[in-house]
Amino acid sequence: MYTQGLDQKQKKSVADPGDSPERLAAFQARIDADEKIEPKDWMPSAYRKTLIRQMSQHAHSEIVGMLPEGNWISRAPTLRRKAILLAKVQDEAGHGLYIYGGTETLGVSRDDLVADLLSGKAKYSSIFNYPTVTWADVGAIGWLVDGAAIMNQIPLCRCSYGPYSRAMIRVCKEESFHQRQGYEIMLELCRGTDEQKRMAQDALNRWWWPSLMMFGPSDKTSEHSAQSMAWKIKRFSNDELRQKYVDATVPQADYLGLRMPDEKLVFDEKTGHYEFGEIDWQEFFEVLKGNGKCNRERLEARNRAHDEGRWVREAARAYAEKQAAKDAA
Amino acid sequence: MNKEKALIAYVTRMGDNAIIMAQRLSEWVGHGPELEEEMAMGNFALDYVGQSRMYFSYAGELEGKGRSEDDICFLRDGWDYGNVLLLEQPNGDYGETIARLVLFETFYSLQLGALVTSPAKKLAEIAARAIKESTYHLRHAGHWLIRLGDGTDESHRRVQDAIDRLWTYTGELFEADQVDQIMQSDWEAPDLTDLRGHWHRQIDELLAKATLQKPDDGWMDSGGKNGHHSEHLGYILAEMQSLQRTYPGANW
Ligand SMILES: [Fe+2]
Ligand SMILES: [Fe+2]
Ligand SMILES: [Fe+2]
Repeated sequence: MYTQGLDQKQKKSVADPGDSPERLAAFQARIDADEKIEPKDWMPSAYRKTLIRQMSQHAHSEIVGMLPEGNWISRAPTLRRKAILLAKVQDEAGHGLYIYGGTETLGVSRDDLVADLLSGKAKYSSIFNYPTVTWADVGAIGWLVDGAAIMNQIPLCRCSYGPYSRAMIRVCKEESFHQRQGYEIMLELCRGTDEQKRMAQDALNRWWWPSLMMFGPSDKTSEHSAQSMAWKIKRFSNDELRQKYVDATVPQADYLGLRMPDEKLVFDEKTGHYEFGEIDWQEFFEVLKGNGKCNRERLEARNRAHDEGRWVREAARAYAEKQAAKDAA
Repeated sequence: MNKEKALIAYVTRMGDNAIIMAQRLSEWVGHGPELEEEMAMGNFALDYVGQSRMYFSYAGELEGKGRSEDDICFLRDGWDYGNVLLLEQPNGDYGETIARLVLFETFYSLQLGALVTSPAKKLAEIAARAIKESTYHLRHAGHWLIRLGDGTDESHRRVQDAIDRLWTYTGELFEADQVDQIMQSDWEAPDLTDLRGHWHRQIDELLAKATLQKPDDGWMDSGGKNGHHSEHLGYILAEMQSLQRTYPGANW
């Protein structure tokens, strides 16, 4: 999911000397036959690299994504909502762990991946650099952000890499649960007082465009990732997925009685799709560069947790070593 | 005070303990020393939110004035909160959070163990459910106390400091007031003097395994059960109750 087409930034992959034409052809034949690639199987080095980048970005996004919503756990308006939100954020941590685990099957360590996140070298989805300023943002994230994530992830359930595809099948079930819960929050607000409706509309205004950006740059401007398509890591283009998302989400906003913050949004009878306005790609690239409202806070929060937890991890290691020494004696 | 009133007060206090613990534990979500530990603290917080809902709904039912779990949780001020002081103290570092968990869960699982046979049917049911969670929390926190106590010099020092600092709040756990006395005589709630003996034995054992020193019982702070709190509770409530207070009567 949360890879927002960052694969475009990748340099042309240099063929590995081990990647002989025969091996590559045999590999491609397996993919074409819809076989799953498993960790012990041979795979081209560029396939491995692409997956490591995509999967680790996905895992990082799950983890950083805990922060904006975690911001409202202490202030959830009812005990029931508090329990649901806590459980949701816990699910995201579980997704992160699970996907880190999947990435490790490609021969990298979680510690190294996390180090890249903390140093700012690795990316995570820009959507989590937006602030959650009202309770309605928790609803909007569930509805829109988890909703966009599902659009992205459902095709990944058929991804050619076995561990990733299996992770996505499990994760998707929970994400659709999150999406429903988020929508339910919005529904309750929209049935509520004028202030609650205002809260809901305001959240939609702020989250709609960033949620569209989650699908990554437009196909027109971005180098089409034909290789990922051929490898069945990617199944649909960014614009195709974005259109599906818009088509699914606009009627949901109508049902809530909310207005999409897009003057140009119209339903095209001929195509059966919604046409929508221009996405502000300038904003997207700014946030990607680090110039979003919360980029600094998010990374600082993870770094602080890591630094302040160092003595705890060291203690656990020291204790384990002592125990092992005792057992050996 | 009659036995019905005492039961309402006692159940509400248990709910207060649960929700204040939940608020503190959930502060670790997104900020823990290790993802797995963040998840553990989040899960414990979730258990405690669930427990607080059971206690508060039950208290509301007993009271019979139509107050919901949320009314009881979000619409009372500090002087009506009866959580023990130990739980409202700031988290401190991870060692302090673990130390608090150990001190409280040891008490709480003993308390729940006695309550499972209470003639207050519903309280017994809640206790039977909560004790499973509490036992699990205690096992987890106990392992960590041992790891930290017997880990590095730094971790040993930190967790010893934490135990020393929190010790002053442990006396209140065993102070029986009128509510506790009526609960003991009429609802088979535990005798707190008795419970204190068990608690000390278990804590002694755990501290020894963790190579930690047991502090002397010096001055013991107390008052939480009767609504006399530290400065910390006000902030917990202000934060937790903000939406209910700003938008009275709204549904969420
Ligand atoms: Fe997600
Ligand atoms: Fe997720
Ligand atoms: Fe989710």
